Formats: sequence, C-alpha cells, structure tokens
Amino acid sequence: MSVSHRSNPEANGLLRLYVAGDGPGARRALASRLRIVEELAGGIEIQVVDVVADPDEAERAGILATPTLSDESTIPPRRLIGDISNIAQVLDYFGYRKKDSGYDHS
Amino acid sequence: MTTAEEILIDPALERVRTGIEAFDDLVMGGLPRGRTTIVGGTPGSGKTVFATQFLAHGITVLDEPGVFVTFEESPVEIEVNMASFGWDIRRWREMNKLVFVDASPRDHDQMVVGNFDLSGLLTRVLHAARNAAAKRIVLDSVTQLFDHFVAEQTSVRRELLRIATALKRDGLTVLMTAERNSEYGEISRHRIEEFVADNVVILRNALDRERRRRTIEVLKMRGSRHVEGEVPITLVVKQGIVAVPLSSLRLEQQSSTKRVTSGNPELDRMCGGGFFRDSITLVSGATGTGKTLLVTNFLAGGAAAGERALLVGYEESRGQIFRNARGWGVDFEAMEADGRLKVVCIYPEAQNLPDHLLMIRELIEEFKPDRIAIDSLSALERIAPETGFREFLISLTSFIKKHEIAGLCTATNKSLVGGQSASEQHISTLTDSIILLRYIQEGDFMHRGIMVLKMRGSEHDKQIRRFTIDGTGMHLGQPFDGAPDVFGDSAASWREER
Repeated sequence: MSVSHRSNPEANGLLRLYVAGDGPGARRALASRLRIVEELAGGIEIQVVDVVADPDEAERAGILATPTLSDESTIPPRRLIGDISNIAQVLDYFGYRKKDSGYDHS
Repeated sequence: MTTAEEILIDPALERVRTGIEAFDDLVMGGLPRGRTTIVGGTPGSGKTVFATQFLAHGITVLDEPGVFVTFEESPVEIEVNMASFGWDIRRWREMNKLVFVDASPRDHDQMVVGNFDLSGLLTRVLHAARNAAAKRIVLDSVTQLFDHFVAEQTSVRRELLRIATALKRDGLTVLMTAERNSEYGEISRHRIEEFVADNVVILRNALDRERRRRTIEVLKMRGSRHVEGEVPITLVVKQGIVAVPLSSLRLEQQSSTKRVTSGNPELDRMCGGGFFRDSITLVSGATGTGKTLLVTNFLAGGAAAGERALLVGYEESRGQIFRNARGWGVDFEAMEADGRLKVVCIYPEAQNLPDHLLMIRELIEEFKPDRIAIDSLSALERIAPETGFREFLISLTSFIKKHEIAGLCTATNKSLVGGQSASEQHISTLTDSIILLRYIQEGDFMHRGIMVLKMRGSEHDKQIRRFTIDGTGMHLGQPFDGAPDVFGDSAASWREER
C-alpha cells in the first residue's frame, strides 16, 4: 500500500472527498480533510462532493460508499473508504510526503 | 424475524405483474407492490432475464418505468445480452423509461478503513428512481455487492437493509437477485433472504438424466398465499422466461356434447357417434397394430368434414408419414395444399419437454386447427424426467381442451400382446377416451382387435372387435368369441380404472 502512484510527489495534488449530507460520519470526514490540507500546507487540494446534493457526480464517479477519499488522477483511481482520520495512513496510501516529517499522528 | 410489518398484513396486497404470465398465477397475480423479492439462483439460472423481464413488462405494457441497478454486467452488456428476448433497452433508456445505476466493477484500487455506509449507492438509486418516476427497481445481483466489500459483511447487510427500507418507503417494488452455490443447498450466499426479503423466489437449472431442467419455485410470500413446488420454465427467444405451470391450471374447460368423426364410420359407431369436440383420445397398442392408421383416418376425416387438422409427429419423417397415408388411400399432399392439414415432424431429442409444449401451443395458436394428433407420446416420454412428463401431459391436454380442439394421442406398448406403457399409466386418467389396439391370438391365427375401453360422458361399444387393414384403410369385423385377455398381466389397474 505504500507504493506511490504519483508521478511527482512534490507537485500539488487534487483529491475528492465524497460525503453524504452532514451526518456525524460526514462531519468527521470533513474535519479530517481540513487536517490533511493543513498538514500538507497547501500542497494538496481536496474537493468535497456531497452525493446527496449531487447524485449525478456520484453516478459518474461510481461511488458506492461514503465517506470515500479518491484520487482520480492516477490510473487506476485510488480510493480510501471509511475512516480518514489517520492522516499518516491517508498520505501514505495516496503517496504524499509530509512537509513536517517529525510530526507523529498515530 | 418479527416486525411490525408482519403484524400489519394487508389482506389485499396490490399486485405487480411480472409479465411472466404463468408465474404471476403462482403468486396470485404478481409480486406484492412495495415489497422486496429476492430471486435466487445459480449462475446461468436466468436471474438477470427474470429481472429484466420484470422491468420490461412494466415499461412496455403497464407504463411503469424502472431502475436497473447492476452490480455485475455493465449497462451496455445487459443491453446486448437481453436483445435476443426482444427488449429494446437502448430505446427505453432514451425515453427515460429505464434508468441504469451502473455499480458494475470498475477498475480502481480500494482500501476500506473503519466505518462506512452505502449512502453513495442509496442516493444514486433514489435519484435514478425519481428521475424516471420509477415504480419497479432491480438490483442485480446483491451478492456482488457483498463481494465488493468482502471484509465488511456486517456493514453491507446493514446498508442493504437500509436501502431496501428507503426504496419501500418510496413505494417501489424491489427485486433483488442473489447467487446460490447449489441447486438444493442454502437459499443464497450471505443468507440475504433472511434479513431483507419479504418474498423469495428460486430459479433452478438442474441436471436431470443428462438434461437441463429449468424450474421456478416460490419459496415464501410474506402475508399472502402462493402455489408451492417447482414449476418448469423455459427461455424463449423474443419472449423471455415462460413458465409451464401445472398446479395453477384451472379446470375451466367446458364439456361439449358436439361429436366429430374419428375418420372411420364404424369406429364412430363404436364410440356412440364419434369423438367429442373438446376431448382427448388415447390410442394404445403395440407396434404395427394400426395406431398411425387411426391417426391418418382422424386427420383425413377432419379435413373431409371441412376442418383443419394438425399432426405433430415424433416417430416418423414427413416422407414416411405421407407415404403411409398414400398406402391407405389418403392424399396428405392435397390436404396440405388446401390448407386443411399441417404436418410437423421433429425429433423428441431436438428440445426439452417444456419447449415441445410451447411449440405445440404456438402451432395451435398459429394454425388454429379443429383437431390435433400427436404420434406418439411414448417417443416424447423417452426424453422426459418422470415428473416432467406428467406435468407436460396435463398442460398439453388442458391447453388442447381449452381451445376446444379434438385431440388424438398415441402410445406404444412395449410388449406385442397385452401390457401397458408408462405413458398409458400417466395419461389414462387425463384422457377422455381410450382405444386399445391389440394383437389377439385365436387358435393358430394372430388377429388384430380394437376396443373402446373408456369413453367419458357417453355410451360405447364394449366389445372387442376384429379388424383388418388393406389398401383402403381399416375395416372392422365381428367381435371376438370368448374373452381374449387384452391387458396381459397388468390388468388389475385398468379394471380399477373402469
């Protein structure tokens, strides 16, 4: 899972976070999103897609589960489903390098 | 599982017709509206066909749009695979009568950590349903959904129940297909039926004596009655699944008192004036006793009286049948040219029994004969599993009678003198009349004898009459003196019958 699929790990990336409405699960995921963006200090952008508000987008992307964090720039796309609060794990899965490697999230 | 819903059994659940006509009869008119039905089956048992037919009937006949949630094949694959059944899925999509939710596997890497829900799927499904103003929804197959989240079975169960509940709340009639591992094992993998289904239907494609036997069985209908047991089905081009039911057939045929000729005036006299218009007569005899001659007379007698006659031959080729007829002074070619006769010959082995039944039904509906002969049932019996043959006979005879057609079937005895064939055992109670043709020994001579054993609703000659066959057909002679044994050693059951 630690193999990077990103051609250039230093470049700014774009991820999508699919959530459903504003229930507790969605709120937790949105909070984690902010921490991830903070962690990479602007090196990453995470667009939020609310599948309830935009089901067509969910259909296009073939989203079944929420929350799903998705990198659609890679082939094939990579998806992390469920709990994205473990930021080190998230960054590792999507092949991002932390700006401050001394910070321990676990 | 006791739920509030079980307590609130609606005595008159509204029914949603599936379009599989005989199946709708099994479930008292269709699937209950607003309920969830699981259709379980092994791979290749026809689940997707059943599901698509359910949607197709809603769209094309009842103006009820549908949603197809596919977890396995892509929408394009389904379009292509279902085209042979005459379903124009592409057009329905263009007209927004059918909306797909494509949940078929896509190429992506996936990791699941912690809790998730299937809100993505649920919102897509509800969105599609509202988009099309759908009344029917298919999820094919939910087993794939479990396989997609293989380590998260509990979550998938919870979410599937949530989806089913939401769809029900929207008044949708839900059909979910589920994979089975074996024909007679557990109902479905992951035991989906236990937590999500109001109704359970099983499709089977079992191997029986080296032949595939397709059946459908209604296992459970919450809050309503249904017909129990397996019913044969077949997949028909341009139609889809056709069920060939036994138990849902109603004895609704009226009995006619109108007589028609057997084609032989002397035999008519023995029968008290001919066969009844809507009756089935069985002619039983060993090989060479004259069964095919009786069939030929029956067809020619009908044609001469201005009727239309249909022959379904399972033993001889057209050429042989025409030559035989010519040998007895009957010109089948001329009768066919006049449109009074249709002769169809097919090997019993060419298709399964339900297909034979459908073929005969289609022939009857197309040609609209006044009389039909089937020569012979014994040949058909070769290819039939035992239970299947009885079902076939019941369906066939009731179909013939419903159309008020005079029917003549033959059965071949294995032994030359006396005895009875298996088809006789099956059919003896189903036919209205039975005529026996027998070799009868008298001193040093072997004669042919004919007797009318049973003639429902009529007096008939009880004598065993001699007959001879020559270039002009069958000629009845004097009764036998004494009492020849026409039954052989198996007489007891026949006498009880009488």
